[in-house]
Parts: sequence; structure tokens; C-alpha cells
Amino acid sequence: MNGDGSLERLRREGRIVVVGASLAGLRAAETLRDKGFAGSLTMIGDEPYEPYDRPPLSKQVLLGMAPADSTALPRRRAVDATWRLGVPATGLDMAARRVRLADGDEVPYDRLLIATGVRARPWPREAEAELDGVFVLRTREEGAALARRLADGPKRVFVIGAGFTGSEIASACRERGLSVTVAERGAAPLVGALGGVVGAVAADLQREHGVDLRCGVMVTSLEGDSSGRVRAAHLSDGSTVETDVVVVSLGATRNTEWLAGSGLGAGPRGIACDAGCRAFDIRGIVTDDIYVAGDVARSPHALFGYQFLSLEHWGNAVAQAEIAAHNMISESADRLPHMWVPAFWSSQFGVNIKSVGVPSLGTEIMVPQGTLASRRFIGVYGYQGRVIGAVAFDHARWLPFYQELVETTAPFPPPFPTVDRHPDGQRPMDADFPDPSVPTHGPTVTLSGYSPADRRMTFTPAH
Amino acid sequence: MVRLVVDLNRCQGYAQCAFLAPEVFVMHGEEGLLYNPEAEEAQREKLAQASAACPVQAILVDAMDAPAEAVSGER
Repeated sequence: MNGDGSLERLRREGRIVVVGASLAGLRAAETLRDKGFAGSLTMIGDEPYEPYDRPPLSKQVLLGMAPADSTALPRRRAVDATWRLGVPATGLDMAARRVRLADGDEVPYDRLLIATGVRARPWPREAEAELDGVFVLRTREEGAALARRLADGPKRVFVIGAGFTGSEIASACRERGLSVTVAERGAAPLVGALGGVVGAVAADLQREHGVDLRCGVMVTSLEGDSSGRVRAAHLSDGSTVETDVVVVSLGATRNTEWLAGSGLGAGPRGIACDAGCRAFDIRGIVTDDIYVAGDVARSPHALFGYQFLSLEHWGNAVAQAEIAAHNMISESADRLPHMWVPAFWSSQFGVNIKSVGVPSLGTEIMVPQGTLASRRFIGVYGYQGRVIGAVAFDHARWLPFYQELVETTAPFPPPFPTVDRHPDGQRPMDADFPDPSVPTHGPTVTLSGYSPADRRMTFTPAH
Repeated sequence: MVRLVVDLNRCQGYAQCAFLAPEVFVMHGEEGLLYNPEAEEAQREKLAQASAACPVQAILVDAMDAPAEAVSGER
């Protein structure tokens, strides 16, 4: 591309298509214009709304402080785009450089950014998922529907899954004075992200706020009444919980189905891309014209052994979108790597939880500041003798210091004396993460052919 | 209406916004922040002050006075 003027032409009159009109897509579009892209920009979104913010849906919206349709994202600048909203992309032709839409239209591109994000994983039994009163929470419409039902004052809300979203939903319900039961398969809430030591604190927090928390159980079935309304949930320990609202909070599924068969390295775990956000095809070859950003991306991170991380974090969507946009219209020597240090927040039961780094990679934890018992503390996670992550419970102002320890791969346990000399801060303990060796059902790639000339690669999606 | 969003990764709970624009920002717990993502037009001046006063510059207020450019499903 160097020297032949093609990059200049792209910047002046090229066609950039962004699939996914949420946080990452919008910030990428703004960055493209900021950096002088003057060609045509098309934004494709499956929801019929302009880009809106999702974190308030499980907080302000469920608390009744803000309507679900009031979270449209503020704009940094005008993007002068053609918006195709309410029309999902259904296919990609990499050779012809075209995106197919559900209405049959095809949109040609010179550069493509994929930011299709994730959706809430539905309750796996379809008939039960369709019962009146069974909800998931990811989109504006789902948030509006759940908020409406909570405002009606249900007798009991039953939350399946005590990750961050499930815990925030339970928190909002309790704040509204609703009875809540939470069922979690793991040993404690938040255990997958923060481990058992911090999970135990989260469990105490829930129970103290009146949540009927059941851990180590699975929901075996949801039962409806004759009019199709949910009335009870049956658990693996044999118990039954009567409920009129069920919120399924079992994490997210990546929106990559539309890329099946396209040849792009996309599957249930996301779309693999390099540190510069360029997508890989299924052969492991990086593409020149397709970029990925946000929740749907998986990219190697230098700080974490170049492992491919997919981060469902608000801040990651913004940072990765900015990097992808920059790289889309830059010479290869001017491209930037996406090296954002993972960070997220959650607010539940009156506690501000924030994290930096990747706690779930840690094997040990220590509490250098505050105490677990007071629910005000910093937990530092260690992995193979280095600091890999940290979590703060109502201790956010200290977190930048620990982020620096992660960024500089500081030794673990940290060599400085701990700030508060509480007994549980003195030495590391097992962070107690669940066994990662649970079976997964990821996609595979199979090879066929004998000579290099007819050697073929076939992508086999998970069922 | 004025749109806003707070980067809560940056927010450290200094509560300047909650003092300057209490109709939009409230502290929730010891250091958590809740805000109304769509404030009344009358709040615009206070919002500008809150945004400027934030020690970690975490508040983004809509850059455009008019509603964001027309968005529709049409080509």
C-alpha cells in the first residue's frame, strides 16, 4: 500500500462499513472522522435504535431512576454516516468485499469493522424460556420489559446465575423491596471472575441484604401455569422456589453466527484478531481489510503472555474501537497495538466493585489494604510470582497504584509492607477459582488433502 | 434533553458532580455513582460545570447542542 497513493485514496473516498451500532461501533466511527477519514461511512445495527449505553440497564433502569429508552450515548462529534438500523447483517463475502443484510441488500466495503458484540444467553429449554415472566437482560427492550415487570411488584424474583449482571439485578430488586432468590451453580457469587475468597464476601453481602442465595445448585426446570406464566423453579437439590419473575443471567453469546462459512476466524468464542485489531481468517492468516473491536473480539495481550483475551468490558469496547479505527486508515508502520489494561466496575448492594488486570488468571490473592470482613479492601491477585490483577471493594482510589503493578509485572507478593497490617493482608492465600477443566464445546478446524496444493481447511462450528 | 455518560472505570467517587448537579448525579453507597443518562435541557450549564470539575475527567456530555444527527433505517 506504501507509496502508491491507495491509502490516501481510501482516506479521501473509500467506503468503510461498521457492523454493530453500539458503543464500540460509535466510538470507532467518531475516531475515523477525527482522524480525517472523508469517505463514506455506513453503520449497520440489528437493533432499531441509535447507539445506547447498556450498563445503566441493570442499575438506574431497574431501580426506576431512568427509563430504558433514555440511555442513548452522547456523541463526541458528528459522524456523517449512513445508518442502517434494525437490519441485521446476515453474511460476509470476503472475496467480493460485501456485507449481506437481512433485507437482501448488500453493502460493499473497502474496510470493514466488526463490532457485533454479544447477546444474553437464553434459557436453554425453549418452551420454558418462552413462559411469560422469564427474562434476560442485555438490550434496551429487555431492560424496559424487566423494569416494567419489577414496577408491578412481583411476589418473588428468581435470578439464575450470580455473575455481575445477576448480582446487580438482585441488588436492584432488593433496593426496590422485592423478595429475591438467586441460584448459582458455583460455590459463591462472582466466583468465576474474582475467585472464592472474594466470592465469599459477595455471598455475605447478598445474604446481609436479604437475598435468598442458593449456591452449588442448578436450576433443572422452570414451571408455568395453565396460562403460560412462570410460577416456579425446580432446583437440583430437590427444592422448588415459587416465583413470578425469572431473570436468566447466564452470561453472553457472541454474535458471530452471521459469519459462519465466510472464512473468517469467527466462532462461539469470538473473532480472533491481532493486537492491531485485524481479523484472522480460519487459516490463521491475518486479513488486511477486516477489523474487529469490542466484546466480540479476541486479541492477544502482551501483558498476559499473548493469550487471546475476549473482554466484555465497557472500557475495552471504547479503547479497542479507537485503535481499530486508527489502524484501518493508517500505514502499517503507523499502526498501534491494543494494549488496554482490562478494567471493569460493578455496583451492587451499595458497594462499588472495581477491578484491573485479569484476576481470573491469578492463583493467589492477598489483601494488602482493608479487610474482607469490613467489605472495604483491595485484593491483589498473583500468578507465577507476579501481580496479575486487583479488585477493590469501596477502595477505588487505590486501584491506579495496583494497575501500575500489573502494567510493570511487579513481583507477587508485592515487596512493600502492606498498608494495614491486618492478619489476612500478611500473606497470600489460594484465590480459589473454579476448576477450568470443565468440558467446552468450541468449534474445531479440520484438515483434508495430501499435497500442499490441495490441502484444505474446514471450519466445523459447535452444535 | 442532554445526553451524558460517565466512564466509571475512571470515576473515583470524588462526588464533585453530585455537589454541582445534584439533580443528575447522586452518590450511591460510599463511593458508587448513579446518574441520569438523559438530563433536562435546563441542566446543561450545571452539567458543563460538573464535567469540568471532575478531577478524573470521567464525564462525557453530548458534544452537539442539537439532537444527534438524524438516524434512521433508511439509506
